[in-house]
Amino acid sequence: MSSSLKARVFITLKNGVLDPQGKAIGHALNGLGFGSVGEVRQGKVIDLELSGSDAEKAKTELKAMCEKLLANTVIEKYEIELK
Amino acid sequence: MKSAVIVFPASNCDRDAKVALEQMTGKTPHMVWHQDSELPDVDLVVLPGGFSYGDYLRCGAMASQSAVMKSVKAHADKGGMVLGVCNGFQVLTESHMLPGALMRNAGLKFVCKPVGLEVEETQSGFTRKYEHGQRVTFPVAHGEGSYFADEETLNRLEGENRVAFRYAKGENPNGSARNIAGILSEKRNVLGLMPHPERVVDEVLGGTDGRNLFHSLIETLS
Repeated sequence: MSSSLKARVFITLKNGVLDPQGKAIGHALNGLGFGSVGEVRQGKVIDLELSGSDAEKAKTELKAMCEKLLANTVIEKYEIELK
Repeated sequence: MKSAVIVFPASNCDRDAKVALEQMTGKTPHMVWHQDSELPDVDLVVLPGGFSYGDYLRCGAMASQSAVMKSVKAHADKGGMVLGVCNGFQVLTESHMLPGALMRNAGLKFVCKPVGLEVEETQSGFTRKYEHGQRVTFPVAHGEGSYFADEETLNRLEGENRVAFRYAKGENPNGSARNIAGILSEKRNVLGLMPHPERVVDEVLGGTDGRNLFHSLIETLS
């Protein structure tokens, strides 16, 4: 059996970048009676399967993937979780 | 003036761009498929509006990685002119050929209507035939056109006179920072804008305010 790693990448808007979708979700939740909801920010989760078992190498690669394509670092930040 | 229009899967203003170029320059542009890695010998490359790659991930993100974009970048690096309209503007920011990013409209709605603009900068090969401060009306049709950049970048764009078009007072349809509708690259040979000049080159289509953009290009490139 060939080895593989599973990764999860969280992509969220940087602080200070307006998130009209998050705002709309917040309003909707308030409208449903969830009065405790304050600011809401929406993001993305991307699950990836990677071949190989070298976690350090995978982390380096994932970082490059985020910088090149998965996130737009002008407006977004990312976090990588390796399982 | 020789031109090319890049066609991505789900481009939908590529034909509009072709017809406008034909009508204005008298020459048929090359239609270049996104998988082609070489550009024909042209003076102007147009990245058209649409929903390239279904807007997957982010608008323009997948298109910015396509084979043809390497050649488009090389063309711009050599001083060649590039015009990106709507999705084309999004592709240019995702390719880092222009600074900033285009985000979901502040009102969350897709906006499709004519909007009033002011031509802010006439010292460019795209806008030299307009008057400074001239009011023009171009249609917009986008859901993700809210221009965003950090304060430092916005100040630099304004300081270097790189804001080519601004939404006129009260006309900002998407919440763009400082009412920015279109910007120039540092070398002023790349223009990206959300409104569609190619849709206003014929009275039959409701206006001719876009014609001077093509007249400017023709004067610059011939």
